[in-house]
Amino acid sequence: MIKASLTSATKRFGETVAVDGVSLEVEDGEFVVLLGPTGAGKTTTLRLFAGLETPDKGRVTIAGSDVTRLGPAERDVAFVFQQYSLYPHLTVFENLAFPLKAPGRRVSAAQIRKRVEEIAELLRIAPKLKNRVTALSGGEMQRVSIGRALVREPNLFLMDEPLSSLDAKLREDLRLELKRIQRDLGATIVYVTHDQLEAMTLADRIGVLAEGRLVQIDTPRVVYERPANIYAAQRLGSPQINLVAPTALAVGEVPGGAAQVGVRPEDVVVAPREGTNGVANAPPKGVPGEILTVEHFGVETIALIDIGGRQVHALLGPRTTLTQGMPVAASVRPGAALYFDATGARL
Amino acid sequence: MSVAAYSVGEASPRQKLLAGVLVVAYALVTMIPLVWIVLTGFKSPPASISYPPQVLFEPTLEGYVNLFTTRSRQTPEYIESLGPAETWYDALVRERNMVITGKSRFAGRYMNSVIIGFGSTFLAVFLGTLAAYAFSRFKVPLKDDLMFFILSTRMMPPVAVAIPIYLMYRELGLSDTHLGMILLYTAVNLSLSVWLLKGFVDEIPREYEEAAVVDGYTRFQAFVKVVLPQMRAGIAATAIFCLIFAWNEYAFALLLTSGTAQTAPPFIPIIIGEGGLDWPAVAAGTTLFLVPVVVFTVLLRKQLLRGITFGAVRR
Repeated sequence: MIKASLTSATKRFGETVAVDGVSLEVEDGEFVVLLGPTGAGKTTTLRLFAGLETPDKGRVTIAGSDVTRLGPAERDVAFVFQQYSLYPHLTVFENLAFPLKAPGRRVSAAQIRKRVEEIAELLRIAPKLKNRVTALSGGEMQRVSIGRALVREPNLFLMDEPLSSLDAKLREDLRLELKRIQRDLGATIVYVTHDQLEAMTLADRIGVLAEGRLVQIDTPRVVYERPANIYAAQRLGSPQINLVAPTALAVGEVPGGAAQVGVRPEDVVVAPREGTNGVANAPPKGVPGEILTVEHFGVETIALIDIGGRQVHALLGPRTTLTQGMPVAASVRPGAALYFDATGARL
Repeated sequence: MSVAAYSVGEASPRQKLLAGVLVVAYALVTMIPLVWIVLTGFKSPPASISYPPQVLFEPTLEGYVNLFTTRSRQTPEYIESLGPAETWYDALVRERNMVITGKSRFAGRYMNSVIIGFGSTFLAVFLGTLAAYAFSRFKVPLKDDLMFFILSTRMMPPVAVAIPIYLMYRELGLSDTHLGMILLYTAVNLSLSVWLLKGFVDEIPREYEEAAVVDGYTRFQAFVKVVLPQMRAGIAATAIFCLIFAWNEYAFALLLTSGTAQTAPPFIPIIIGEGGLDWPAVAAGTTLFLVPVVVFTVLLRKQLLRGITFGAVRR
């Protein structure tokens, strides 16, 4: 069942087109992550769902009805902002109760108390209910923000980089918690981020946005393995996908029209060209190159290799013996190369 | 280490001493006239004009009694015939061969000041808050020009337009009315109030209102529940500035009011006693006149301290 959708929605701000004909359908209980750099139109897309912006063209539906012309209050959605969404003059309890106290919602005081306590329990902020929100840590504040969204059981949750202002450890904790809560509640979430790790781990489907257009929307695995174009390929994967000329790496048969070849670092096979005793071995397959740097991260090692003046990242095993300055031969795992035409689209 | 000597937080004992001396010196310069006024209020008329000035004197409430009463001189025989004085202030007056003949107009003038000062402050802040919110949040055509126009009303001394306003008020029947003075002070204060408050609204992120609107509140409810509470400091600071202006305003009060709506500032300096100005009564009136502003400022001083930085300190 489709819970929310945009149909060729366009939004302009003066001369700039923030969202350009985006069509997007979100299934019930689905976690959709919109990924893209600053200015790609992620936040505007989210605000179109919320009704904080009205599209210049196109339609918005939520729970089966057309809400294009309705205000935010009539859409029954919840929005988690990057920051500033907690009211500094209220306590944690009052902040969590705020959406339920909206006139017209008519929730009894006893019910409000019960619901707020449930949510506080779920998000592990129950001991802080009486505190002022200004006395909370960053992680607690963001939990309360998410709690304010959860307290109401809306049709659709909209989250605008809710974790981006937190430090790495907290971000990881909250990310896991958010996924757990989403599964438990079966919530439908549209989530905006520029963090590929968040996108990969949270999303049922990732929507890649570029300059207001939806480039590709699919499961994280499909976007990673079969990106629609170079742009989408570059959004996922760290280090980024290697882009080389079709002839630069020995990649076997190159289809006609291919202007660039993309190879993920884990698909670059690197072997030393010389034996350890200085005597040449049987020459390994692949093009010759030299290792520029080796970065050891524990679970993985990433080498930067110079191949004919071009720098290529390669993922090595944790126990590699390759070191800086070593001459190597690089090849591509068979069938792993991605071919892009001159416009950047994948062949 | 020499680095410590230049650190921001710590002042050396000598620096602290110097700072202390400067603060005390400044306080003395500003406080002495005030202290003199308060003391003069408790002097007798001869003591108040004696030369050299008396620093130590026998305090009396004569100034305050004179401030609130009108009196007439009588012969000692007549006063004798009245029998013993019924109240302490009767007794005080009779020592100078006078009897109290009625209440002075001071209380009425004081009430006028309260009505006009607080009334215009309320109006200026109320209208200013709404205008500031609109200027900050809505697409107002010619917004910048309008803001400049509002500010331009303060680019000359208000008294420069005294004559046109005087003529206008006479035509409209607003001369010497409470309404007229409230409107005038509101108009003068409004530009200050709109500009100050707009700064405070600009400081409040829109996300707060957007969050409230998504949560099911109307725009107005979001304004009342979310924006107003966060504007408290700004509103308090603005209110104090407006009140101080309206409370102390002298020129227009002198020009436009004479009777029913006369405020205290033009009245206090012309309190006449025997043989000229009654200095203790003038000083007593001034002292009482200071009280509301001092109380108002002390009550709001916490907000004022936060507000007076005008958003210089981000959250």
